[in-house]
Amino acid sequence: MSENYTALYEQHKKAGASFTDFGGWQMPLKYSSELAEHHAVRKSAGLFDLSHMGEVWVTGPDAAAFLDYALVGKLSAIAVGKAKYSLICNADGGIIDDLITYRRHSPEEGVDKYLVVPNAGNAKVVAAALKDRAAGFDVVVEDASAETSLIAVQGPNAEAILLALVPAEQHALVTELKYYAAVEVSINGQDLLLARTGYTGEDGFEIYLPNVDAAGLWEALLDAGDGHGLIPAGLAARDSLRLEAGMPLYGNELSRHVNAYAAGLGPVVSLAKESDFIGRDALTAIKAAGVGSTLGQKLVGLKGAGRRAARAHYSVLKDGSLIGEVTSGQPSPTLGYPIALAYVDVEQSEPGTVVEVDLRGKAEPFEVVQLPFYKRAK
Amino acid sequence: MSKVVAELKYSAEHEWVAADGDGHVGIGISAVAADALGDIVYVDLPEVGSTVTAGETCGEVESTKSVSDLYSPVTGEVTEINDAVVTDPALINNDPYGAGWLFKVAATEEGPLMSAEEYAATNGGEL
Repeated sequence: MSENYTALYEQHKKAGASFTDFGGWQMPLKYSSELAEHHAVRKSAGLFDLSHMGEVWVTGPDAAAFLDYALVGKLSAIAVGKAKYSLICNADGGIIDDLITYRRHSPEEGVDKYLVVPNAGNAKVVAAALKDRAAGFDVVVEDASAETSLIAVQGPNAEAILLALVPAEQHALVTELKYYAAVEVSINGQDLLLARTGYTGEDGFEIYLPNVDAAGLWEALLDAGDGHGLIPAGLAARDSLRLEAGMPLYGNELSRHVNAYAAGLGPVVSLAKESDFIGRDALTAIKAAGVGSTLGQKLVGLKGAGRRAARAHYSVLKDGSLIGEVTSGQPSPTLGYPIALAYVDVEQSEPGTVVEVDLRGKAEPFEVVQLPFYKRAK
Repeated sequence: MSKVVAELKYSAEHEWVAADGDGHVGIGISAVAADALGDIVYVDLPEVGSTVTAGETCGEVESTKSVSDLYSPVTGEVTEINDAVVTDPALINNDPYGAGWLFKVAATEEGPLMSAEEYAATNGGEL
């Protein structure tokens, strides 16, 4: 497998990170203890290198109409400065990737500008699919993934840490920035794109910037976070945080063999938008059939009654019969009990239903629970 | 690099064995294994009085990221288990060769074991 290194690789090495391959990238798995990193994000703040994520710019007079056609959501409806979670699907409704799309200000009259952020492992596929789907639209699709770094500060202290690097006259831009919105702000002396988004279930920010500036900002954020409990956090903590927040991970919960309705992402699909979009016919039929998916399965949360955790690919049983499969699972560091996401038969998907998970030969009880597992106090 | 203690013997499955001279041996997992597992949050140990067999599973060690079987490096009767690690599995990460020991066995037979040098050479540990 070809290995990519982010612009922050040396910073991670210096900090003693252990690395893992993720989507073709050498990424920090953890620096010291993934539990400590997880708790830091819940209680104070964590610093993440997410430069493996893709960045695809879509610009042109038809940009809004094009994204309405290429993605399942109505991207033309989002205001400049806002963001939207969406999916790019195949004609059969299978999910190619889940994405965040930001609508940006374009200086040119009559031209719209969007930033589409796919997952690391799908960045090239998404960029290619967008270029492919752009035929007939007056739009330029530009994959800037290789030149762009992404640094996230997540946790209750994220805003205070960030403000230390923002000039006072721009503080309001940060403090008034809404969830799923983005703004150009001077951070550490540079005008950068700052988004209030994340994948942890906490308040937090994601900063897009050129690779050459990544190391400087990383160090500046660590300095600013001194006294705010900020520590660098790896992909292990990122995974346990997103699981507690009930957020799907492409490759685990989402794939080309899963449709939006089964994954609980029905609201993301806009069948009401006027324009055609790729996947519309298939998704319309799936929704009309009235089941979670063509397989009659649905993504649910499971809470373990014991201490042993369910893991990806373990079988879910009801009275000894196979009714589904775990897609992600581990002991929840915040909640103190095992949690898992699993696709189960729709008939067994109601919260309160008790099922079993085959934990390496021994069936242990788990209960279907409402997602998310963890929700921060507002 | 993860530490390997010179005075101990090691199994291919990353258990260490400490002989106390009268046939009773202490058993734990190496720092190499503990570091690879990540933060350990649950440990399932054999019961006192039960018989364990060299090379066979006798429990499991679960971390936030993964789970792995515990293999007994020796055959014999379990004479003592470390209740402290059951209550606080983080002891295994913090002190795998000391407070993080797992169980003791009245050993009648040893499975194939390596010297610390051999184990460190094959598993990337540091003596």
